Amino acid sequence: MSLDLEMEEIHKIFFEESFEGLDVMESSLLNLDVNADRETIATIFRAAHSIKGGAATFGFMEVSNFTHGVETLLDEMRNGTRPVTPEAIQLLLQSVDGLREMVKAVQAKQAIDAKRIALLADEIAQLLARHPGQLAEAATAAVVVAAAPGPVSSASGPADAAPEFLAGGPGWVIEFQPHRDMLKTNNEPLRMFAELERLGALRSTAIVAEVPSLGSLQPDACYLRWRLELAGAVERHAIEEVFDWVDANSTISYQLFGGGVADAVAAGVPPGAEPAADSELAPLAVIAAVADTPLVAAPVAASVAAAPAHKGAVDAGSIRVSTTKVDHLINLVGELVITQSMLSRFADGCSPDELEKLREGLTQLTRNTRELQESVMQIRMLPISFAFNRFPRLVHDLSRKLGKKVELKLSGEGTELDKTVLEKIADPLVHLVRNALDHGLETPEVRLAASKPETGTIELAAFHEGGNIIIEVKDDGGGLNRSKILQRARERGLVAADAELSDEQIHHLIFAAGFSTADMVSDVSGRGVGMDVVRRNIQDLGGVVQISSVEGRGSTIRIRLPLTLAILDGQLVRVGADTYVISLVAIVETIQAQKDRLNAVPGGAELFRLRDEYIPVVRLYDMFGVEPDSRAVEDGLLVVVEAEGRRFGVLVDDLLAQQQVVIKTLETNYRQVTGVAGATILGDGTVALIVDVPGLVQVFNASFTGRDTLAA
Amino acid sequence: MSTGTTKGDKRLEAAEDAGQYLTFQLGREEYAVDILRVQEIKGWERATRIPHAPDYVLGVINLRGAIVPIIELRKRFALESTDFGPTTVVIVVKVTSPHGERTVGMVVDAVCEVYNVAHADVKAPPEVGSSVDTAFVKGLATVENKMLILLDVDRLINASILDGIGAVAA
Repeated sequence: MSLDLEMEEIHKIFFEESFEGLDVMESSLLNLDVNADRETIATIFRAAHSIKGGAATFGFMEVSNFTHGVETLLDEMRNGTRPVTPEAIQLLLQSVDGLREMVKAVQAKQAIDAKRIALLADEIAQLLARHPGQLAEAATAAVVVAAAPGPVSSASGPADAAPEFLAGGPGWVIEFQPHRDMLKTNNEPLRMFAELERLGALRSTAIVAEVPSLGSLQPDACYLRWRLELAGAVERHAIEEVFDWVDANSTISYQLFGGGVADAVAAGVPPGAEPAADSELAPLAVIAAVADTPLVAAPVAASVAAAPAHKGAVDAGSIRVSTTKVDHLINLVGELVITQSMLSRFADGCSPDELEKLREGLTQLTRNTRELQESVMQIRMLPISFAFNRFPRLVHDLSRKLGKKVELKLSGEGTELDKTVLEKIADPLVHLVRNALDHGLETPEVRLAASKPETGTIELAAFHEGGNIIIEVKDDGGGLNRSKILQRARERGLVAADAELSDEQIHHLIFAAGFSTADMVSDVSGRGVGMDVVRRNIQDLGGVVQISSVEGRGSTIRIRLPLTLAILDGQLVRVGADTYVISLVAIVETIQAQKDRLNAVPGGAELFRLRDEYIPVVRLYDMFGVEPDSRAVEDGLLVVVEAEGRRFGVLVDDLLAQQQVVIKTLETNYRQVTGVAGATILGDGTVALIVDVPGLVQVFNASFTGRDTLAA
Repeated sequence: MSTGTTKGDKRLEAAEDAGQYLTFQLGREEYAVDILRVQEIKGWERATRIPHAPDYVLGVINLRGAIVPIIELRKRFALESTDFGPTTVVIVVKVTSPHGERTVGMVVDAVCEVYNVAHADVKAPPEVGSSVDTAFVKGLATVENKMLILLDVDRLINASILDGIGAVAA
């Protein structure tokens, strides 16, 4: 049982590392677009290689087999025998997607989409067949040593051509690249070769390209690769058996030459038992080769260390936390324990003059506890790059599809926000970026005609502003078409025909459900679903979304989010006997309401004149069905809140304290309540409901049947 | 409700209903809930009212950090409401719903006993004639010459909470 659990743990690590590796592959592949340097290719190759190795170790053969093809392709690129073409990059990117799906399926213990994988594998095989890759040649200083004491010669001939050694007969060519630490695990390649010799005549060629200079050579590391040519009709599993102990960490490829194995076996040809090489002498030859290797010529692939740009796998179960954050937490807990023991000493015999000290201790306890809480919250914070990282790929694919030229600029990737917020904001951001690409940016021709640079820009920025996180999606495209939106809104009856709307109100119309100004529905966007979902998601997070747009110049969508979902800066308000919490983010100001500024309009709505603007009055007691102190406006206070780009006055009896409250959902044990975002527990242990301002305003609007509220 | 299959189902369910039951008083009748569903019994305290809730949902309370709704069973079963007295208690039950497990408190007149109920004692509820909607009754059991109404708390609570949705839409 415990073994199973341990295995699960190890599997989990493999999945995390695989996803990380895939992320590395993806971002590096996107870099290849720009400049195809060898180091980047090597990085991709290493990532693919470790995924393959890991998958094979845990018996996920589909994954490892598929990765093998990818790896071969990458290897040829790395060796310089294959040019880095856009098609190859595209295929590799698709393979990364395929692999990700596969690993996900394996993780969820679901069936792998075999059809898709087979198709991809086929494409890779075709590409591989088109330009047969050559073995490492002059480019990499591969000094090839025959296992038998013989002349040092460079390998010759393309790998696909049957080696002379096999003399046209059936046989195998095995590329064996052991793990660097193979020797440390007591695996001796020579013993394996000896076993292979028992199966058939063997010629082994050691490839020493990765052997470092003598100064940096570690004696117990294995830097060698081998190309083994095995003559005779040997069945593949017999060879695989030889490598059984090392195949998990090694890269082994098998290639069959000559007559089919089946024929050979049927003919009953016994494998030749002639040893082809005096293997005892091989190590000597290798050492000689090491000395001969020019110091600069050997490109050392530092495969173990230097995993580039650790991104961490986003998984619901675990968060990677920097140790400094945890250390701080532990220190604070220590402080808390000290303070607490200090207090308990005083509790024993408390005379009046000691009371002062007790108060002091309590103050300290309060402070430490608060810091402790903040530190714990810190643990949940992750940089927004987790959400931003997907965009280079998305923009790459989408711009290709739409035939637009786009430059994506990211800034503030290090800005941290709560993991839950991060997870929920990712999808809305995808929507916004897709929209910016599809609707916002123009085609190169249109841009040139408008004397704009051919390449459009999409900027994604994140930064802090007054205890909130701001995320901006900015494009320099066509901007929102004011008249088109207004026309479409009138057609759909969202606005009265004669209504005068401010720019802000018009821009907010695009958030209405089913609203789209796209003339044609494409598979990217234009169906009118999306923006309303975006707004809903942001509101669910307690955030606010704003749009500013200049026709012909572009639009900016600005999302303001609280740092965390778990805690809210709230204003406590009282209505009758009940206490409610209103998020400070939503509150603009609070004013004493004068009766003479209140106007009733037909339909039952009330408008309050706030300076030069009329705002609708929402009587909270009406919305929540409770009994207030007084129904007269002048007895209460008007909390001015902002929702959907408009202001509303929420009438309450009194303002109480401002405090941070911990948000708890009502849905766990009850259900969602319109106008209520959740509940919190106050200092006296009672429950107070948190007002969902956007939700409340929606119910309020709905209570007036006419659409005149929008036009008001 | 009067079809043969329904009766058959009830009897089948009843066969699985043996076990220990906590009983409580509501008006003149004694009701029973599966003791495994009972999390705790606590005294009545004022609940925070929830907007748009049905009248029998008194509000939510803080149960060691969890927000727990409180249902007044008298109102739920359309019995005459009485003032809460010294024996009035809240039975906190855990129910399973399509949305996962829920913790809900039920206000009852008083708790009574814990009984062992055997298979043979459980009978299918009659189709009519009880003050309780038969949908929430798993069966009737006779223990020590008393009739116990075995409640299906899952159905009772889930229906009580879902019922309110109509009120919101209005």
